[in-house]
Amino acid sequence: MDLCNHRLPIAVTRREMLRTLGCGFGYLAFAGLANSAWSQETPSDPLAPKAPHFAARAKRVIFLCMAGGPSHVDTFDYKPKLVTDDGKSFGKGFRAGAKLLASPWKFKQHGKSGLWISDLFPEVAKHADDLCLCRGMKTDVPAHAQATTKLHTGSFQFVRPSMGAWSLYGLGTMNKNLPGFVTIDPDRGNGGAQNYGSAFLPALYQGVPVRAGAKGGGGQGQRRGQQQEDPIENINNDRYGEKAQREQLDLLQRLNKEHLRHAKDDTSTRNAVEGVIESYELAFRMQAEVPDLLDFADESKATLESYGIGDGDDRFARQCLLARRFSEAGVRFVEVSQGGWDTHRNLRDDLTKQCTKVDRPIAALLGDLKRRGMLKDTLVVWGGEFGRTPYAQNGDGRDHNNKGFTTWMAGGGVKGGLSYGSTDDYGIESVDGIMDIHDWHATILHILGLNHEKLTFNHAGRDFRLTDVKGNVHSEILA
Amino acid sequence: MVITIRPLLAAVLLAGVPSAIEGAAPPATEEASDDPMGEAMDSPMGNQMGNQMGGDAAIGDRPLTQQEISFFENRIRPVLVAQCYGCHSAKATRVRGNLLLDTNEGMLKGGDIGPAVIPGDLDESLLIEAIRYGNPDLEMPPKAKLPPEVIQDFERWVSMGAPDPRVVHAGTIDAAGPEITNYAMDIEKGRRFWAYTPPVKPATPTVASAALGPWPLVELDRFTLASMEAKGATPADDADRRTWLRRVTFDLTGLPPTPQETESFERDNAPGAHERAVDRLLASNAFGERWGRHWLDVARYAESSGKESNVIYPHAWRYRDYVIDAFNADKPFDQFVREQIAGDLLRAENANDRAENLIATAYLAIGPKSHSAQNPRQFAFDVADEQIDAVSQGFLGVTVACARCHDHKFDPIPQKDYYAIAGIFLSTTTAFGTERSPGNRHAAPIVELPRDAAVSDGPTMPAARRSLVASAAERLKREAEEEAEKIKESKERGDNQSLFRIRQQRDQALVLETILERFADDGSPTAMNRVTMGVLESDRIVDAPVLTRGEVDKAGERVPRGFVQVLTDGTAPKIASGSGRLELAEWIASPTNPLTGRVWANRVWLHLFGRGIVPTPDNFGNSGVPPTDQRLLDHLATRLVELRWSTKALIREIVLSHTYRLASTESAASSKADPENTTFWRYPSRRLDAEVIRDSMLFAAGILDRTRPDGSQVNFAEGAIRGPTQQLLAGIDAPSNVRSVYLPIVRDQIPESLEVFDFAEPAFVTGDRAETNVPTQALFLMNSPEVLRASDAFAARLLASDGSDSERIMLAFRLTLGRKPSASEISASRDFLKDFVKANANGAPTGERSGSEGNGRRGRLRERAREQNLQRNSGRSEIAPTGEKAAWSAFCQALYQSAEFRSID
Repeated sequence: MDLCNHRLPIAVTRREMLRTLGCGFGYLAFAGLANSAWSQETPSDPLAPKAPHFAARAKRVIFLCMAGGPSHVDTFDYKPKLVTDDGKSFGKGFRAGAKLLASPWKFKQHGKSGLWISDLFPEVAKHADDLCLCRGMKTDVPAHAQATTKLHTGSFQFVRPSMGAWSLYGLGTMNKNLPGFVTIDPDRGNGGAQNYGSAFLPALYQGVPVRAGAKGGGGQGQRRGQQQEDPIENINNDRYGEKAQREQLDLLQRLNKEHLRHAKDDTSTRNAVEGVIESYELAFRMQAEVPDLLDFADESKATLESYGIGDGDDRFARQCLLARRFSEAGVRFVEVSQGGWDTHRNLRDDLTKQCTKVDRPIAALLGDLKRRGMLKDTLVVWGGEFGRTPYAQNGDGRDHNNKGFTTWMAGGGVKGGLSYGSTDDYGIESVDGIMDIHDWHATILHILGLNHEKLTFNHAGRDFRLTDVKGNVHSEILA
Repeated sequence: MVITIRPLLAAVLLAGVPSAIEGAAPPATEEASDDPMGEAMDSPMGNQMGNQMGGDAAIGDRPLTQQEISFFENRIRPVLVAQCYGCHSAKATRVRGNLLLDTNEGMLKGGDIGPAVIPGDLDESLLIEAIRYGNPDLEMPPKAKLPPEVIQDFERWVSMGAPDPRVVHAGTIDAAGPEITNYAMDIEKGRRFWAYTPPVKPATPTVASAALGPWPLVELDRFTLASMEAKGATPADDADRRTWLRRVTFDLTGLPPTPQETESFERDNAPGAHERAVDRLLASNAFGERWGRHWLDVARYAESSGKESNVIYPHAWRYRDYVIDAFNADKPFDQFVREQIAGDLLRAENANDRAENLIATAYLAIGPKSHSAQNPRQFAFDVADEQIDAVSQGFLGVTVACARCHDHKFDPIPQKDYYAIAGIFLSTTTAFGTERSPGNRHAAPIVELPRDAAVSDGPTMPAARRSLVASAAERLKREAEEEAEKIKESKERGDNQSLFRIRQQRDQALVLETILERFADDGSPTAMNRVTMGVLESDRIVDAPVLTRGEVDKAGERVPRGFVQVLTDGTAPKIASGSGRLELAEWIASPTNPLTGRVWANRVWLHLFGRGIVPTPDNFGNSGVPPTDQRLLDHLATRLVELRWSTKALIREIVLSHTYRLASTESAASSKADPENTTFWRYPSRRLDAEVIRDSMLFAAGILDRTRPDGSQVNFAEGAIRGPTQQLLAGIDAPSNVRSVYLPIVRDQIPESLEVFDFAEPAFVTGDRAETNVPTQALFLMNSPEVLRASDAFAARLLASDGSDSERIMLAFRLTLGRKPSASEISASRDFLKDFVKANANGAPTGERSGSEGNGRRGRLRERAREQNLQRNSGRSEIAPTGEKAAWSAFCQALYQSAEFRSID
């Protein structure tokens, strides 16, 4: 454990350091574009890989963000009593008269572990022995926007860095040709950019939004009528081919080197200019590497089929495969978003559609990671900002429930086949193994080898953490 | 006097402050820190705080000495925390052997097998026995024996009588961590901290360097020179005239000098040339646009609320213009302060002044807010909190908002002080002027401007756009009515969902109607648009209760409205009646306030040298970084008051100093003597700010629009950005040639050209922007349509000029880099123009696919991207240039991309 890893030099030199960022990359050969590790550790480079505080269980995270609040009582939180008490009146206050609604889906036990999972997730259920269900989740507020920013940043009151940014700040990135934190098709609402923002952390830790549906996205091209956009902001030049652009860069670098020559032994100017030179070379390499990553041509037919790519609305499938490809290429934190879980009505139809959409891709992702030997050091996290009420809304729907819900984790040193924590008999409130968002964050950071109390950043006069002054690691779920 | 500091705090202050500055973990949470504590104690701050904080720990009747406390904090506590607390503290998941080592009491009491420590008795202290590893049944820590020097430290400590400043009783350490309450802080001693003592005009130092001749040009030069001498550094040579002019022009106006200005200045050898140049720049309107933007960073200026709903603030632009005008008019800074905090309460000579005063208070209203918050009380406290933060950090450089949940951990600011100020803001109505609407649970009034004031009514809305808004409002209303009718007919109680939808539609229609009221049918602004965000006195004057842990449902005793005690020298101004905002403003704007002048002088210095004398401009407290040269800072702060708070006069003195005139070149000897350049022995070169990069590109291209746009595009919108307002904002990122300070600043939708170069995040008070160099910036300058557009315009300008290609190349260098190109640069540029035409021929990708790149797939993707983009762009009026034109454009772009273009030397 070394606190120095997380210490930025005092303000006087922080500027210097940030300014020279990029020069630390050194004049590396352009070879080995894919999956290249840092060839030299340069401690002054804020994105260089850093040692964790203690041995990490996982090196990277794939967060499958289920925006809108997936119903736990219909998916991963089996409540037999809800079935027997179906239709009974329930609740008091403004909820008086609400009627319990049994899950329309059957639950079965799966795997050696015998985890209870509903029929909505037949494919994911095949991975039951890899899943660690956290069934005692809770969050503060049953409103989408607040709960979503809380889920990502630990706070809805204040603008705070997202957990991806904290992870990148804590661990650095593993591929110098790619951003270290990527968020695929993020939700524009509910806090929007704040959910992948770096807030007061240096801007280089913020998530880079990637548009999976954009050009090159999985070889599927663009859906008609949709605005054509770059998968990453400015990753393509509309105008010049690679050769012409290289020509232009060569001129630029000649000018920069001339500048460097004039700087003689003025180290701060040299550093700044070298940083600029390197940043262009890196950008140029990114231009080459990102389209490669977005192109699924080198994936086998079997793989594409397993995810369900090419089969109807395959947006989420492509996101999941992209997540694997980014992870494989060394991106530290990948987030994938799937909205549509806000089932106030039409529960039977909508939730079926919703789960059908994600079940196969998620199962494929887990299987794919496992086959490639990556699941053991990749933490896959599935969950939304809250769960839903066991009582009905609009007859065939469920309302928001912040007091009890389920998320799950897989891989990355969590116990597979474990059901941890629980809600009460109906699934309203968490009663055991209660994990609030700070606990959840603390545990995720712990899995990455980071002590959530030590991962701090000094801002506005005090040291900030992802977990504020709270958070307990739930070591019960760790393998 | 007896000081009762909870020792945990003392530990924080003793051990934690220096490490906190460096971004290490807060020892407040009882973390081990491998900070070299000894060194920490040697720092002036460590000592200062050490002396200040005693503690009521004692050995017998004798209070602990400073040495004893430091010994414990530096040598003992860190080991206990790192090695023992895991199993022997209140926070341990499972306490082993019933032994608690996190309190003095626990140590003396011991665990199952007896007392861990018997002060003074090495042989009987089980702790010593355990760490010596002499008894195989009692070896601690279990994993490995401690290093011998650590064991010696423990032995020495027990022999000293085991001095232990921790008097916390077992079990009282809050599981939540650093919630430290109920200790009295020594405010009296806190006042002795350098920043909390009013600055006294320092005597001008005598400087020895006679060899330099009359080096000092102005008084401040004697201060910097004295510091250099003290460190053994010598000032660098003067920058050449061209470099100085480029530097001062960027610093004062945010724009480069024109080639003509550079030439005439280089030729002007008459005395007073520098003064004339500076006076010309200070008189330019661009000055206010540059310095106003610096203040807007502090004011966390934005035109929407940010947070989850991001509600539009259509009138925020008035504050932007107010700030720019204030700098251009050289409004005395103390007056500037008063107006922003209490403009509504100031006497105004006329309607124009009144309007200005009202607009100024938008400082308090434009902060980020959580409009979807459900609890109105929470919302009110959050707004007040944000105001406290903006006022205390912005004007005073103290982080009072840290004391919301508990007493401030680094500064003697008790929680009570926080709530004393909170009372002032809770007795204030914040008029952010938004309607209740989907995503916005918090409506608020807006401040009307005096009818006879000569203020702009705002921008004119394109008529077509207005009619779109009108029809949208109609549609929403109609749909809501139809749905309501349906429910009525069916005689069924509508389900919640449809009732909710009806309400949303009605609310949204209402929001749109607000826009229609503000703009007449022809799009011209109506009297309803003559409003500003701001604050007003509330009808209800209240004292705020102290909220335990800052939680709104845990109200404690009420504290009278007041100020930060440690800053008031015991003579706090009395709040007679009203909120106290006027008194707050007067107190902050007073020349005797220890911080206001220093904080502003430091900000001014920072923007001229790239770094503050206090490197943490928004935090002058104990957790900030102390000034590198306090005499210099105090000289500037007192000078500011002497100059009647004139910002322009202060800037003039600084930029005409010899210190500002120095070259940025290094010298081996001075670099060794003062490697961080804290004495400013050379000018610190730095990267241009985001706005300056964009403005300079447009400037070189000859298309920068120097006129101030009327209002802001955001003025045409209302409501939360989630939902229909998103469309209302469409087009705000349309190509624009106005100065960057006038681009719409909507939170979380910062214009890309600014955001990519470290624009100040408007969620926070930002005194000092980051200065990064990341590949996204390179990608922006390589590929963004905005940069390509500017490059095209620049190329067109060059091609329209008379002369040979070489002359055009020379002009391009002068316009971008402010200098003539070298012969080799000219030839490189000429070669490029030829080669690029070839490389770019025939749209290039066909040749590339089979060409050198060896990756057909990538080439194919690029090709497809190009095709798609060409299709996308085919509707645009601007057509990408080809052939020679394209080469010139690419050449201009390369100049924009160069390291030299973006740096001030």
